Amino acid sequence: MLATGLIYNMAGVALFALGLRAAVLHRALLGRVLAINVCGAGVFMVFVALAYQGPGQVADAVPHALVLTGIVVAVSATALALALGRSLRESGDE
Amino acid sequence: MIDFLSMLLIIIGVAFFAAGSIGLLRLPDLYTRLHALTKADNLGLGMIVIGLALLSGSLVMAVKLILVWILVLAGGAASAHLIAQQALRRERA
Amino acid sequence: MLAYLWNLLDLVLASLVVALGWAAVASTDLRRGVVLFIAFGLLLAIIWARLNAPDLALAEAAIGAGLSGALLLAALRDEPATVDDIAYKQGPVSWATGLLSLVVGGAFAWALLHAHSAADPMRLADQVSTHLEQSGVSNPVTAVLLNYRAYDTLLELAVLLAAVLGIIAVGQARPAYRPAGPLFGALVGWLVPLLIVTGGYLLWVGAHAPGGAFQAGALLAGAAVMLRLGGNPGAGLPSAVTQRWLLVSGVGVFIAVGLIVTVDGHAFLQYPHNGSGMLILLIESAATLAIATTLALAYIGGTAPVGQDVAPGEEFKNQGLSD
Repeated sequence: MLATGLIYNMAGVALFALGLRAAVLHRALLGRVLAINVCGAGVFMVFVALAYQGPGQVADAVPHALVLTGIVVAVSATALALALGRSLRESGDE
Repeated sequence: MIDFLSMLLIIIGVAFFAAGSIGLLRLPDLYTRLHALTKADNLGLGMIVIGLALLSGSLVMAVKLILVWILVLAGGAASAHLIAQQALRRERA
Repeated sequence: MLAYLWNLLDLVLASLVVALGWAAVASTDLRRGVVLFIAFGLLLAIIWARLNAPDLALAEAAIGAGLSGALLLAALRDEPATVDDIAYKQGPVSWATGLLSLVVGGAFAWALLHAHSAADPMRLADQVSTHLEQSGVSNPVTAVLLNYRAYDTLLELAVLLAAVLGIIAVGQARPAYRPAGPLFGALVGWLVPLLIVTGGYLLWVGAHAPGGAFQAGALLAGAAVMLRLGGNPGAGLPSAVTQRWLLVSGVGVFIAVGLIVTVDGHAFLQYPHNGSGMLILLIESAATLAIATTLALAYIGGTAPVGQDVAPGEEFKNQGLSD
């Protein structure tokens, strides 16, 4: 059981590091938005892996609520970033 | 007995999915790949759904699973049609 | 033995998701990156289901993969179709960032390893389950979201409102799509009522089973996206005035409920014991409509430019597509 949590924790850390690197380095705005979403997904995975209690048992609900909030906020931030990017591109200096 | 039948159906479904994925990778053209994706994958999903419906043991769950399959069929058919139509338009233009 | 098989599955899923994340951000063609990101979102939903998080699996499939993917695809439509040879900037920035992410990742991993080997982690799960009967719902995630940590959810709805205000202020509506042909039109005609009914069901069932306001709002927004793709430029949303009321009602009803319960001498957002179920349902209904309108407006891209209807016919005249 603990091995499951550890595997997903490490995968979440890997996603966070990958996303961080891509968020700084990517040339296109859309690529940077994708990278920050991947970063966020890594953080969510760490939360949910820490909440996992075992195969048959109910998982800890508090990190789940935090991640649910995070998913919705991530998509709205993505939408705002894309709208700002479009406005920047139309005004000519992305 | 029912467990064995469900396992068999699920394994056959997975084999169909594998065939569809290999088709996606190996077939030469967009239109042939659409064939592989829609036909093989939806049939594989149907096998898995029937196997799971047998395993679930309740009629309500079985009806829900079959509804899921019908929705995937409808969505897959419409998507494949739209993709092929757009590709045909691009070729002619 | 069975535990080892499950761990093998976990290893496969974890390595697949890291590989998909890497491929999505490192691909030079942005269209491929976006499609890989949608697949990444779906695989993440499967991982949430594996980790006993059904609410999250529903939300990730609907919002993280579905709506995020639709938003990114619509944004791709605006971009000029250039494909760079390399995706990342080169030079010393590349090395410095690589080193930084290695250090940060390493520190994070070390901290998590320590947390894992801790003997008795402090958890709030016991307190959640002890007081669950008094909270008015029996789904612990809904109880945490709308009762124990209702203040956080109020602030989250305010963040959504701020984002949609930014989108309306800055953004312009994206060009509409051509009216749907017979096949797609039939699909939209069948799916939109089904999505609305399922959204209502998820709102209701969130009290005692996986579901809730966010998933229901995402389904309704999915119906709006389908309507827009089928050729309706307004995505089936009501008039602009009604949209403003719906957007504000998410935060507004929440604050109103929180203030009304103070009349009896409770604290802000401290629901009375026998009415908490009804109050939670009221707040969730308003939140569902607000979330659906927010996400639909985010997909449209903003308001239509002043004095011009975003009519579908005009946009296609210069693209050379005959139909």
